[in-house]
Amino acid sequence: MNRYPLWKNLLIGIVMLWGLIYTLPNFYGEVPAVQVSSGKATLKLDAGATTKRLEESLAAAGIQHDGLFADLTSVRARFRDTDTQLKAKDAIEKAFNPNAADPSYVVALNLLSASPQWLTSIHALPMYLGLDLRGGVHFLLQVDMKGAVTKRLDATTGDLRTLLRDKNVRHAGITREGQSVVVKFRDVETQARAKSVISASTNDLQLVEGTEGADFKLSATLTPMAQKTIQEFAIKQNITTLHNRINELGVAEPVIQQQGLDRIVVQLPGVQDVAKAKDILGRTATLEIRMVDDTPGALESAMQGSIPPGTELYSERGGSPLLVKKQVVLTGERLTDAQPGFDGQNHEPAVHLTLDSAGARIFKDVTRENINKRMAILLIEKGKGEVVTAPVIRGEIGGGRVQISGRMSSEEATDTALLLRAGSLAAPMEIIEERTIGPSLGAENISKGFHSTLWGFVAIGVFMCAYYMLFGLVSVIALASNLLLLVALLSLLQATLTLPGIAAIALTLGMAIDANVLINERIREELRNGSSPQAAISAGYERAFDTILDSNVTTLIAGIALLVFGSGPVRGFAVVHCLGILTSMFSALLVSRGLVNLIYGKRRKLEKLAIGQIWKAEA
Amino acid sequence: MEFFRIRKDIPFMKHALVFNVISLVTFLLAVFFLATKGLHFSVEFTGGTLMEVSYSEPPALEKLREALAKEGYADAQVQNFGSSRDVLIRLPNRDGIETAKVSKKVIASLGAIEGPKPEMRRVEFVGPQVGKELASDGAMALLLVIGGIVLYLAMRFEWRFAVSAIIANLHDVIIILGFFALFQWEFSLPVLAATLAVLGYSVNESVVVFDRVRETFKKKRGLTTPEVLDHAITSTISRTIITHGSTQIMVLSMLLFGGETLYYFSLALTIGICFGIYSSVLVASPLVMWLGVSREQFMQVKKEKQEIVV
Repeated sequence: MNRYPLWKNLLIGIVMLWGLIYTLPNFYGEVPAVQVSSGKATLKLDAGATTKRLEESLAAAGIQHDGLFADLTSVRARFRDTDTQLKAKDAIEKAFNPNAADPSYVVALNLLSASPQWLTSIHALPMYLGLDLRGGVHFLLQVDMKGAVTKRLDATTGDLRTLLRDKNVRHAGITREGQSVVVKFRDVETQARAKSVISASTNDLQLVEGTEGADFKLSATLTPMAQKTIQEFAIKQNITTLHNRINELGVAEPVIQQQGLDRIVVQLPGVQDVAKAKDILGRTATLEIRMVDDTPGALESAMQGSIPPGTELYSERGGSPLLVKKQVVLTGERLTDAQPGFDGQNHEPAVHLTLDSAGARIFKDVTRENINKRMAILLIEKGKGEVVTAPVIRGEIGGGRVQISGRMSSEEATDTALLLRAGSLAAPMEIIEERTIGPSLGAENISKGFHSTLWGFVAIGVFMCAYYMLFGLVSVIALASNLLLLVALLSLLQATLTLPGIAAIALTLGMAIDANVLINERIREELRNGSSPQAAISAGYERAFDTILDSNVTTLIAGIALLVFGSGPVRGFAVVHCLGILTSMFSALLVSRGLVNLIYGKRRKLEKLAIGQIWKAEA
Repeated sequence: MEFFRIRKDIPFMKHALVFNVISLVTFLLAVFFLATKGLHFSVEFTGGTLMEVSYSEPPALEKLREALAKEGYADAQVQNFGSSRDVLIRLPNRDGIETAKVSKKVIASLGAIEGPKPEMRRVEFVGPQVGKELASDGAMALLLVIGGIVLYLAMRFEWRFAVSAIIANLHDVIIILGFFALFQWEFSLPVLAATLAVLGYSVNESVVVFDRVRETFKKKRGLTTPEVLDHAITSTISRTIITHGSTQIMVLSMLLFGGETLYYFSLALTIGICFGIYSSVLVASPLVMWLGVSREQFMQVKKEKQEIVV
């Protein structure tokens, strides 16, 4: 009766083999590698072609590689040592990015698993280590959603002005007041006409009529739907922008994810230059195009302290002051691309901007009306603005293709293009959480976590074997299989392993032994009550099952609660904890029973079980 | 080898009142310390900046403090961490300071001091809004655990068991928190995780005892409720000690080898495990008795169970 049917033994065997295969990659360690991935949103990586190009460029430089690997987003080459890796990186950088000022590819140093090809091809990868184990930077950024809405309202102010003028509706002023745009009129008829004109042109605005003194007014607020769309767009746009910026850093495996409604997580493994990373991320710049106030004398009076209403004083990048109108013509949202290049006629360095259709229309109108005036392109960072450039409008510019040129070196053109492109955040962001872990600390954390698990396991193993003899050994083997399966599962799911995660592995092992103790104690008790050894084994496992199930479910409830509400280190703990409970159920019930069955199941006349001393109370 | 050779059932229930009074006193003490001293929350909860810096030779902390004070961080806490060469710096969040740039400035001003140069090991910056969320998330997680466990135990056993198990184990949680308040140990996120894990773990202890209670009620007739409880506890005590001992071995290993990060985590687990044994055996069981558990309730349960099986 203590025999498993063949299929059950096979099942256990197959699961253990599976566990072994997926655990294997963790033992191979890592080798230096260089990774090539696309540096531009517009550039799709062609794996085949890139691999070929990579191979050729390495061959041209006379560098030997230890294998090339391609996936959907990147191609990686393994190298024997870090010296070769660094040499290879330079060679690849030159081959892939001939124009260093405008790199199309990200060439980054990386570490690859040293496991054999066949393991990688069945997706058996080593566990994905968290930042606290491998070192790197973690940022949590809060997107200022109110800022996004305000920005849209400012743009709306301009849109309404253009719209009403196009339709010949005379208004007495358009201003943004808090979260609404107020349009004033002299009479009721115009107000009514304006209302119908505005509501015909857009669905995003809610209009409320009112009066102010002798004037009639319309208050326009964004509908909740429109606000939601703006916010969703803002976070998406910001994530894209962050991607572009981080590509500059050349990080091998950056993580940029939305968290909740208005937050973005950025993780940069292996990045040590935190200051640079922060500079690039923290550049919470937004782009605005406004007109320069060229009224004679206005600048001089502003310099003396009396700034004309509706204007602001800024300084150009060269340092000279500039009086800029407050009214925003265009924002960075309308900009789809900015590239450095050369003027078609006089071959001066220039920046080519591409605007979206709405932006192109506005730009066409503005340039037509303002020929020979100057327009300022401002980069607003943390409330402070800087004029990137203030070119003179030479003629009407249609089609959304804009060229900024004049008094620029080609380096400046590249810088400006980058600033404009990367600078276009849809909404300001702020770093609200930062975690930096040095590489030495990461390695130390791994060894600490590993040692605590190891010594705990050894101590438990010795005790169990001494206390329960053969059954103790079976328990230890079951516990080892639990560890194997847990590591395999973590490797397969590529769940992030953190130091609290390693603690959870240790704790899971410490708790999982409970099931085995329960079973062994039960078997002893059955023997004590006079059952035959075979019956004792069977009854022990069966009776213990209910208890094991109940206790694991309650532990699992706590684990799931941590998973649902936990963040950061708690989540890392909870994932491993929950998985560990599942694997420990399997190993304690099936694996240990299977082993006991193999050892004792075939013996008919079994006199004694090697489960340690059974002491019977004399009746 | 066998540690426990118990001839007769140990009359735990005779002393039930004593145990409950002891529990009540420890519980009240824990609440008292929590109320008067409060928890020493880590940066994750309070918001602020925490930096771990390492030197090649022990630096003079006084100099570091002076340098930071000059920079405008007079309220910086500077202390050794682990060894005399490692320094931990804590800076509270303040209005009007660009919090995200604090770490950069601190490193710069520490680097300007004569003597050994600092190596940045770890920086943690948490904005003020994050901390509040963590506290409320922690509370929600606790509620979910309590609700889930009560519901499950009420389904599998009886509401009396569910209620006494959760009271006994919440008492553990409060006592862990009491220890952290009394000694002003740092209460961080991993400690919170440990606390909740302990809650799940020691409920599991109560479950083992209750399981036995249910079984004894069904199998043995003619025993009074206290006798049944005594029997259940006595026959599981060996397992209880050995299981907890094994878990404690693991936790001890973490306490010894896990370094600073895992230190308070394993400390919370240690307290939780010790009080877990006590409370699930000596608090939960008397509570079940006071709540009036009896054989009849299980006869019904048994019938229901049979139906389910069929």
